[in-house]
Amino acid sequence: MKGRTWLWLAALLVAALFALVGCGGGDEEGEAGGGETAAGETQEATKVTLQLKWVTQAQFAGYYAALEQGFYEDEGLDVTIKPGGPDITPEQVVASGQAEFGINWLPSLLATRDQGGDIVNIAQVFARSGMTEVTWKDSGIETIADMRGKKVGVWCCGNQFELYAALTKNGIDPKDKNDVTIVDQPFDMNLFIKREVDAAAAMTYNELAQVLEQKNPETGELYTLDDLNVITMEEAGTAMLEDGVFVRGDWIAEEQNQDVARRFLKASFRGWIYCRDNPDECLQIVLDNGPTLGEGHQRWMLNEINALIWPNDTGIGVMDEEDFERTADIAEQFGVIKKPATDDAYRTDLAEAAVAELKDEDVKGEGWEKEQVEVTEGGE
Amino acid sequence: MPVLRRAATLLAVLAALWALWEGFKAFGEAVGLRIGAFTVDDLSMPHLHDIVAQLFEPSRRNGPLLIEVLADAALFTAKEAAAGFLLGAAIGFALGVVLHHSQLLQRGFLPYIVASQTVPILAIAPMVVVWLKAGWLSVAVIAAYLTFFPVTINALRGLGSADPRALELMRSYAASRWAILWKLKVPASLPYLFSAFKVSATASVVGAIIGELPSSIQDGLGGAILNFNQYYLSSPPSLWATNLIAALLGICFFLVVAALERIFVRRAPEHVA
Repeated sequence: MKGRTWLWLAALLVAALFALVGCGGGDEEGEAGGGETAAGETQEATKVTLQLKWVTQAQFAGYYAALEQGFYEDEGLDVTIKPGGPDITPEQVVASGQAEFGINWLPSLLATRDQGGDIVNIAQVFARSGMTEVTWKDSGIETIADMRGKKVGVWCCGNQFELYAALTKNGIDPKDKNDVTIVDQPFDMNLFIKREVDAAAAMTYNELAQVLEQKNPETGELYTLDDLNVITMEEAGTAMLEDGVFVRGDWIAEEQNQDVARRFLKASFRGWIYCRDNPDECLQIVLDNGPTLGEGHQRWMLNEINALIWPNDTGIGVMDEEDFERTADIAEQFGVIKKPATDDAYRTDLAEAAVAELKDEDVKGEGWEKEQVEVTEGGE
Repeated sequence: MPVLRRAATLLAVLAALWALWEGFKAFGEAVGLRIGAFTVDDLSMPHLHDIVAQLFEPSRRNGPLLIEVLADAALFTAKEAAAGFLLGAAIGFALGVVLHHSQLLQRGFLPYIVASQTVPILAIAPMVVVWLKAGWLSVAVIAAYLTFFPVTINALRGLGSADPRALELMRSYAASRWAILWKLKVPASLPYLFSAFKVSATASVVGAIIGELPSSIQDGLGGAILNFNQYYLSSPPSLWATNLIAALLGICFFLVVAALERIFVRRAPEHVA
């Protein structure tokens, strides 16, 4: 009996292993099988993958809405949305062919191109920058020029250049300790709340709300916008373009892929229009896809994201030449790119065609107005 | 009685840990303790009862309880970890058997197997994702990477631990290598193997959580940790509560292996509850 026990053990282990690997393998075979039939019959949906810049949140609401509302399906697309994360660079994922479409900030795309990566922006979804520096009202720092001699927090690794450009514009050298002390800011607002920095970087749609979701220990009430000065990079005149859709250059060179891309953009734009006109339903879609997200915070984020997209007088997703030039100039000024960016970093024809096909919808959102979203404690 | 005593010990240990945490917190807050950038307050060290209470609060307005959300995530991660563990254990054992039978291979490969464990998993994980494409399999492979090493090392020791007299007896019967392996050496190695399995089981949970982040997987504990880390300022206890659940998952894995050990091994070198 005792001699047999190891046999049972080995059998058990092997069985469990096969059961588990078998399950996993089975799923993949199923998917592969579906793909084959898709290639065989033209009626089947085209499989494409979208790589997000960051984890599921309202910043990407339009794509999730397009998926859940069947807009991609309407265009004959079977879209997989892959959330991003700390170790995921969307440009690399797209360049290696693991996704057809990627979302990232324009300077990041320019940097990849500068190093020889063949990727092209096909739609600039966010028409404005959400980057701000916030200060406490009682600090008296109301403009970029007031930051001389102060401790200014900003994120590293490519997110600091809008601020650097703004400081330089005001005659403050970000590299000179006598002019300003730049503090490498972690991805939370702790330093600011504890007043260890005089100014801190905050996206309108995320970190700004994180401050407002905190209780002021002196009053026991939540902080309000009256407690803060919010200095936007748009006002400072050094805004850089953020979330846009990009693809591989050699992929988009093929005509059939241009058709896929145009359909993808059309459905995605419909998703964003849906999220503008039906914020409650759109919010629910985001929350269903991110069970650990707080509702209050995501409601705020969706509203602010809408404000970065709408209104758009050329129609959603069509790159503005002037904004592109400014972004590229700042990128070159601070060494993000070594060579001047060229116009073939982006194309507007696909976005324009998608917008034209959506003639029955309001693609400009001129009448849209920002809602007043009430913050909730802790973003719940 | 031993059950009672064990329960009492457990309670005493938990109470001591609670007292240590809360005592340090109270002391730190009273004297305004600062260690580098670390200050003691509700942000850096939430009350333990707040952490546990957080589990039974809604995860968001009108949402399910946090513990339900985390239980779902833990189950998801558990499946990846189990697959990784089984894969790693099988590979680790097979490697051990091969190396045991060839001094040459052992001398040639063992240093690299040891070296493989000095490469941080954080550096390996993104590469595995590039090779295998992001998904369920890449997570299991990353978990397996953390799992196989202790099994290989202990299998090597265990296979060599067979009683030499029994070995001589088998040889005198002209038993084949195969028969000696399965009838003598493997049974002799079981206590060693299970020691390794216990280490590996918890490591596989860590591997699965780390592997989720570069694999675009948000349904497990890795995704929850990332999100609660991002919104730490909004709700510090949520991240701590998630870590608590992750630790519990590791303990569950350990207990399952320990239970199997009780069934299969009578001559254990050490007994851990």
